[in-house]
Amino acid sequence: MSDVKLTGIAKSYGGSPVLTDITVDFPSGSFTSLLGPSGSGKTTLLRIIAGFITPEAGQVTIGGEDVTRIPVWARNIGMVFQSYALFPHMNVRDNVAFGLGRRGVKGAEAKRRVDEALEMVRLPGFAERLPKQLSGGQQQRVAMARAIVTGPKVLLLDEPLSALDRRLRQEMQVELLSLQREIGVTTIFVTHDQEEALTLSDQVAILDRGRIVQMGAPAAIYERPATRFAAEFLGDANFFAGLVEGGAITVAAHRISAPGLPEGREVTLAVRPEKISLDATHENQVRAKVLNAIYAGANLTYLMEGPGGQRLKVFAQNSDGVILPNGAEVTLSWPAAHTILVEG
Amino acid sequence: MSAGPATTAPALNMGGRRLPPWVATTALLLPAYGWLMIAIFLPLGAMFLFSFMTATPIGTKEIGYTFDQYKIFFTQPYMWQVASWTFQIAFATTLICAVTGFLAALALARSGLGRSQWVFLILILLPFWTNGLVRIFSWTMVIREGGFLDAVVQFILPEAASVGFLYSRPAIVLGLVHGYLPYMVLTCYIAISTIDDAIVEAAESLGARWWTILGRILIPMAAPGLIAGSVLIFVPVVGAFMEPRILGGPQGVTLGTVIEDSFTQGFNWPQGAALSFMLLAVVLAIFATFSGVLRRNAEL
Repeated sequence: MSDVKLTGIAKSYGGSPVLTDITVDFPSGSFTSLLGPSGSGKTTLLRIIAGFITPEAGQVTIGGEDVTRIPVWARNIGMVFQSYALFPHMNVRDNVAFGLGRRGVKGAEAKRRVDEALEMVRLPGFAERLPKQLSGGQQQRVAMARAIVTGPKVLLLDEPLSALDRRLRQEMQVELLSLQREIGVTTIFVTHDQEEALTLSDQVAILDRGRIVQMGAPAAIYERPATRFAAEFLGDANFFAGLVEGGAITVAAHRISAPGLPEGREVTLAVRPEKISLDATHENQVRAKVLNAIYAGANLTYLMEGPGGQRLKVFAQNSDGVILPNGAEVTLSWPAAHTILVEG
Repeated sequence: MSAGPATTAPALNMGGRRLPPWVATTALLLPAYGWLMIAIFLPLGAMFLFSFMTATPIGTKEIGYTFDQYKIFFTQPYMWQVASWTFQIAFATTLICAVTGFLAALALARSGLGRSQWVFLILILLPFWTNGLVRIFSWTMVIREGGFLDAVVQFILPEAASVGFLYSRPAIVLGLVHGYLPYMVLTCYIAISTIDDAIVEAAESLGARWWTILGRILIPMAAPGLIAGSVLIFVPVVGAFMEPRILGGPQGVTLGTVIEDSFTQGFNWPQGAALSFMLLAVVLAIFATFSGVLRRNAEL
């Protein structure tokens, strides 16, 4: 078990910065997701930790040891790729045993550990198959077994589930999490899927244009996004902007309050679509008109026109079977406590 | 008109009927296979017939049929020596092409040269676009005693003896490698460029050094390219006669030159034809040996 520390990591390609001053701590045994849109630098960061890319500045330490100048093969990492990257000419056993062979583990001991790893990913009895004889999910399990069999200090996952279909992906998420808990390896997981990041992680780091804009536990980030980008990228959000007067901002004659607003400043407030009720039970209230109702069985998404022509999104549980017609005028309300002051 | 539905229906069917698949297939294959029949199998068949004759069937000589031409390896035992040289030259050429061609293809496919990759590929293809005779004769200028190579060596080491090796078997191999290397580079390049970068990175992340990646990942995965290149080189090199003649001089006696001599100097077509077919048999035997390996790799 080893923690991973990044200090002041910077990297640029052809003069344009890809990563700027990244300092982050991945505690021993934790599961951290690097979440961001494409081009945010999340994969570059993972590849710097793996050693495929050398940073221009900064330091990478794994288990207290500075590995910034240590090549990939000497870092003792386990890595799973989006394309699985199984060796197509080797059977499952030889694939999984590859890393063991490089560490001088051979013969009966290697066989025992391969069987154990295949057992852990629930693929016993597949050792003699070739990768092409396996389904996508099975190949991903082999890739996982190959990455963990050597007992790596850190497990790096580069969007490993994004090639699988939705149902299989959810199944694999659960398995990945229980596997990670079982072996307790420090895990860093790159994804652009926000739901996946929230479900799996102890902590989520949101990257935007080469910087970590926010990092914390999934619930903390979701409930208290620090910036407009974080609020929008992780989940959905409605925004209101205005000048703070008497502890609230005024948007087209509606007063919206939130805790801890700085008096006399222009601010942006965010509210999650599921925090809004379609009645006047809470303190922040606005009038809105239904533009469109998107029916999804268990729940409904309303696109509405709020004060000053602003677009609003509201999630509602389909508890009473009522769907508001387009053009209906309603009062929306939400608690001030769920109104979040965000940057930008 | 008075034609009822009963009579128009079959007529319409006739008009709308598609040709049976075998007609279309035959029509598409006919030009290529027709040409092959005329251009290859007909002359080859004639040569096969000649190989059993007692003399060249041109002129007034009485022609008989015999197996004697196929007994040349017993009537003229030095032919064993010629065959041995020929195969040594062919193996050496194929091996040198395989090693250098694979490494060149590896560099081209994996070094991330970007656009300049194409410039390097075209440089490798240059021997294809130069006339064979020019290519070979230019080597005689370089490697003869007192040639360009000697001039360079003696410029650096004025006292050095001549390193010219024209009219030797290494000179033949040199010329053949020059001419046939592009096949190996191209087949290996295609094989290597289909290998996903992530596979090499996965091996590295598991602790593999470059020699393990080369031996356990790249060479096995590029084996179809190596084998295809080797076959493409070995087959014509076994029968080559231009390089042995020009660069080998008196040392350049190979099966290729013996066959050529039988047809030209010796005017002994049956002898040349018989040798050609024996060579073909050996080549086919080599193909048969490797076809199992090729099939296994094609399944991956």
